[in-house]
Amino acid sequence: MKQDRYKERLACRVRAMEQLTAAAWSMVIECLEAAAKAVPGQFVHILPAGSFTLRRPISICGIDKEAGTLRIVFEVRGKGTDALSQLHAGDTVDMLAPLGHGFTLLPENARVILIGGGIGTPPMLPLARHYGADAVVISGFRNADAVILQQDFAETGAKTILCTDDGSAGRAGLVTLPLEEEICAEKPAMICACGPLPMLKAAAALAQKHQIPCEVSLEERMGCGIGACLVCACRTLDEHGDEQYLHVCRNGPVFKAEEVVW
Amino acid sequence: MADLSVRICGIDFKNPIIPASGVFGYGKEYEQYYPLSELGGIATKGTTGAKRTGNLPPRVAETPMGMLNSVGLQNPGIDHFIAVELPHLLSCDTVILANIAGSTPDECAEVAAKLDSTDVHMIELNISCPNVKQGGAAFGTSCTAAAEVTRAVRRATKKPLVVKLSPNVTSITEIAKAVEAEGADALSLINTLLGMRIDLRTRRPILHNNMGGLSGPAVFPVAVRMVWQVANAVKVPVIGMGGVMSGEDAAELMMAGASAVQVGTAIVQDPYAPLRIIDELNAWLDANGIASAAELTGTVRPW
Ligand SMILES: Cc1cc2nc3c(=O)[nH]c(=O)nc-3n(C[C@H](O)[C@H](O)[C@H](O)COP(=O)(O)OP(=O)(O)OC[C@H]3O[C@@H](n4cnc5c(N)ncnc54)[C@H](O)[C@@H]3O)c2cc1C
Ligand SMILES: Cc1cc2nc3c(=O)[nH]c(=O)nc-3n(C[C@H](O)[C@H](O)[C@H](O)COP(=O)(O)O)c2cc1C
Ligand code: FES
Repeated sequence: MKQDRYKERLACRVRAMEQLTAAAWSMVIECLEAAAKAVPGQFVHILPAGSFTLRRPISICGIDKEAGTLRIVFEVRGKGTDALSQLHAGDTVDMLAPLGHGFTLLPENARVILIGGGIGTPPMLPLARHYGADAVVISGFRNADAVILQQDFAETGAKTILCTDDGSAGRAGLVTLPLEEEICAEKPAMICACGPLPMLKAAAALAQKHQIPCEVSLEERMGCGIGACLVCACRTLDEHGDEQYLHVCRNGPVFKAEEVVW
Repeated sequence: MADLSVRICGIDFKNPIIPASGVFGYGKEYEQYYPLSELGGIATKGTTGAKRTGNLPPRVAETPMGMLNSVGLQNPGIDHFIAVELPHLLSCDTVILANIAGSTPDECAEVAAKLDSTDVHMIELNISCPNVKQGGAAFGTSCTAAAEVTRAVRRATKKPLVVKLSPNVTSITEIAKAVEAEGADALSLINTLLGMRIDLRTRRPILHNNMGGLSGPAVFPVAVRMVWQVANAVKVPVIGMGGVMSGEDAAELMMAGASAVQVGTAIVQDPYAPLRIIDELNAWLDANGIASAAELTGTVRPW
């Protein structure tokens, strides 16, 4: 069939759905080709079923090349993510993947610090898998009810540090405090971060202070997801220090912290 | 298998489906999905005289059955387009419509003059941009300004000239006639409708530019109406667009008077949309015993 050249490519089967917290869901998606290509930091672009015009970008939280699956973890924020949360194993999703430019991967024995804030923690999991015991994962959440993925991070062998704003789980306070402690304990080769902008900014500032390479995963509202429509602009500096717009979907979502105009 | 080919201004298109300007960049991003030779043509991203950085983000908002965008004509400028993008596009075995824009008639004419000495097949002049000389109102919203910019560009090039009309006007037929009188070889419509969304929580417009252009299925009936009105008001061919999501939508716009159809938002949603729409149009023609797509143009039977 001639049509196979487009229909098959976008329709993927949901292998598993799991509710993690009141708002967060985990979805495992069968997509042999995408799983084979995916690297940590990339995202999938899903068109929820119904009357939606735009796809929803969601970071890749798990890459299983043998099983041919990708895992995503998302929070219900509006109608699109709500529609995704209604899916069941066996349903199909319309997905473009893997998209974007991921994190720089250092050798597996490099000491790296991974910082995740809230629903920004999922993309840290494939990195934690890569670095294993040499990684320190610092994740921050509002409170105990919002905590996700701690078991998954522990299974990678990485050192995990949990923080909550109100102290209802792990340490009370922001991720920047343990970040600075870990930097001082032993300088890492790199810091990778994803989460709310103030958190990224603080992590980038600490990285700069200690002269550690830092990469951050940014968010912007998207259209095509592949670099053509130019709606997902983000302000960056070029090599001469001049401001330019790059595009989160293609040049990112992962950027070098020093490139970003905060 | 119906004959999908159409001919506009003496140029042969293998099928009537053309990615619209602004959603397809310069085609490169889509080549990973399919050969561009499958397309009837490509309208390239709007290109201006000098490089433009575009508007601050957010530049996109979802709307009921559509989207708003405020990209602000981000593009690398005409010299880059001609030197870096055009040679490859011209090797793709499809019709290239170079979409151009500017803040003054002179800028538009200068861009057109540069394209005149290339092998680009057609020039599509976007007259929906603000005319800085006249208080920022879009050229396309007044007959005199639309005529003036068309005249300037017409003088600058012998290439087939398609003028792309703005729907943000009281009478689109008046603008269409004014532009035709200045030598436009074809008209394309519709560009986006001006719209706005507000985030209730922050009381901020979702777009940093406050307002943006509405496109997608929400505008389809407006496009059908305007294509129909314009096709009846002018002698030159009309290329229709606005909210086309399926082969049947394309057939409908052609019945309204379009000789070919551009597809924008559908591609933002799905990179394969043009291929699907071509196949669906073909299937619809076959199912209805119509031998050629070109036969559809203007065959609506109005009451
Ligand atoms: C690269 C990237 C990775 C992401 N990874 C994750 C993830 O792993 N888990 C997760 O829960 N969320 C993630 N997000 C955020 C997620 O895309 C939004 O929460 C989601 O699009 C909201 O859709 P909605 O229909 O529920 O909300 P609505 O507010 O109804 O959406 C309306 C429109 O705005 C867009 N939008 C709204 N909020 C955002 C946002 N924060 N970022 C981008 N677009 C937005 C939507 O895509 C849609 O087009 C990521 C965003 C980006 C850009
Ligand atoms: C993201 C985006 C960017 C656009 N950029 C341009 C442009 O540069 N020049 C232009 O003439 N039209 C531009 N348009 C308008 C489209 O070409 C088209 O006229 C409009 O979107 C209606 O068609 P649609 O509903 O199929 O999208 C843009 C539209 C979108 C959605
Ligand atoms: S979403 Fe289209 S360029 Fe990034």
